[in-house]
Amino acid sequence: MAGLEDLYREIILDHYRSPRNRGELAVPPAHKTEGFNPLCGDEVAVYLDVDSVSGLVVDIKISGQGCSISQASTSMMSDAVKGKSVEEARLLIRAFKALMSIHESKLEGESDGTDLAADLEGVRLGDLEALQGVVKFPVRIKCATLAWNTLQQGLDEIGAELPN
Amino acid sequence: MSPLDVERIKADFPILNTKSRGNRLVFLDSAASSQKPLAVLDAMDHAYRHHYANVHRGVYEIAERATAEFEKARAKVAKFIGASEARELIFVRNATEAINLVAYSWARANLHAGDAVVISHMEHHANVVPWQMLAAERGIELRWIPMNADFTLDLTRLDILLDGAKLLSVTAMSNVLGTINPLAPLIAAARAHDAFVLIDACQYIPHVATNVRDWGADFVAFSAHKMCGPSGIGALWAKAEILEAMPPFLGGGEMIRDVRLEGFTTNDIPWKFEAGTPAIVEAIGFGAAVDYLDSLGMDAIRDHEMRLTRYALDALHDEFADRLTVYGPRDVSIRGGAISFLFDGIHAHDISQVLDEDGVCVRAGHHCAKPLMRQLGVPATSRASFYMYNDEIDVDCLVAALIKAEKFFAI
Repeated sequence: MAGLEDLYREIILDHYRSPRNRGELAVPPAHKTEGFNPLCGDEVAVYLDVDSVSGLVVDIKISGQGCSISQASTSMMSDAVKGKSVEEARLLIRAFKALMSIHESKLEGESDGTDLAADLEGVRLGDLEALQGVVKFPVRIKCATLAWNTLQQGLDEIGAELPN
Repeated sequence: MSPLDVERIKADFPILNTKSRGNRLVFLDSAASSQKPLAVLDAMDHAYRHHYANVHRGVYEIAERATAEFEKARAKVAKFIGASEARELIFVRNATEAINLVAYSWARANLHAGDAVVISHMEHHANVVPWQMLAAERGIELRWIPMNADFTLDLTRLDILLDGAKLLSVTAMSNVLGTINPLAPLIAAARAHDAFVLIDACQYIPHVATNVRDWGADFVAFSAHKMCGPSGIGALWAKAEILEAMPPFLGGGEMIRDVRLEGFTTNDIPWKFEAGTPAIVEAIGFGAAVDYLDSLGMDAIRDHEMRLTRYALDALHDEFADRLTVYGPRDVSIRGGAISFLFDGIHAHDISQVLDEDGVCVRAGHHCAKPLMRQLGVPATSRASFYMYNDEIDVDCLVAALIKAEKFFAI
């Protein structure tokens, strides 16, 4: 049986108690995206400053409130994508969702034709792997993925705004 | 009135004698949905095994029996809430559908741009969103009765809010705060302004003896699943003359008298509002549930829950003092057994998770009342709620698990 220590690893509690990259960025130039978890009322705002020339996430700030899992995941996400390219950030999103056992738009046993394992080879989740215990508590997966879905939405919105 | 024998009552509920995560199940989430006694499970099982058929259709024996049992259940539920006639009770899926029925049928026929609907800050989304949808569609003005710092409704400006209003729609008991609202002055004020009145009694009817005629409201909405009955069925009560004047809600079988190429005529109430095959066995279970509640006595249930709520409020205060905030009145005479609380600096979701490890089931979240949560200035609370099958031992288990949770998240 999954115990509380599987869920609340020390590094998670550390990020919860001392969240990284808290704050706001001026909009514009930064882009703000809000995410909501209708289950528990958690709200997150992700401020992204993406350099349109280099394609790098120059800065990221997080505001909002939530449970320890959502706060820790948000904090770790901000650390993980800061300074990375948009492409690397997108790979991290996919890798994190795979860690959460989320394989989008696929039913069990189906394949979408792409080789997820090959795509994600070389993606290092680092501390984020501490969140793997969340999978044993299915209700909490949405807490852990809230910030990542919001990041994904933010990157999509920024991508749509940029000239091709 | 003799006090409830909770030990015997617990034995009536099979699920309460099971374990959760290796511990005795401590179920403190009846405000979300209650557990079911054997009497309800047996009545439904018996119906499926012995006289299941569609209702109001077949002429064979089991179809007649199914119809009779279905209508007998309607009469029982109607009597339970003090309705004068069974035909004033419409079976719906739940209180949410009951409120939507009023919003779609009565309100769309009777409300026009510029008319006002008055609700309160402590409503469940079920009594907020249907009116917001109507407001967006019809240009109806939505007005809100505010809340006092003591978690009661602020009625000082009620007359101004009701001026020109066509409907007052309020909860009898808040699902978050436990607050029992003063229906008599609310309904009297609405009447003085010729406004109709809808009472969301979803949290109230399961716990307090109710007589809808004494209330003097026009519409009353409630769900079976919060009062020991099955999920998937609830009821809308309304005065017969109002129901007769209302256009139908959903179209289909059962709700018609005649259908021709050029149109249809509607059936009598209540069937006019019950298109399609209804939740037949659920209705029978609903009837068995009110029989069960009657056998215990609603006054005895209310008395038990008041004592247990006082015990719990005292226990939480004694153990955690100001580190734990209770969102709701202290006075148990104006509140039900739903206790929302929050520890300073610990998210409700995390508290519930730790409690779950000890088999203690509480709700965490916004309780489908986000306008109220914003008013309280919190994103979520934990909520423990009681029913007749809970006792002091359950409260002691809650407190013990909370002590553990507070330690776990201590900085």
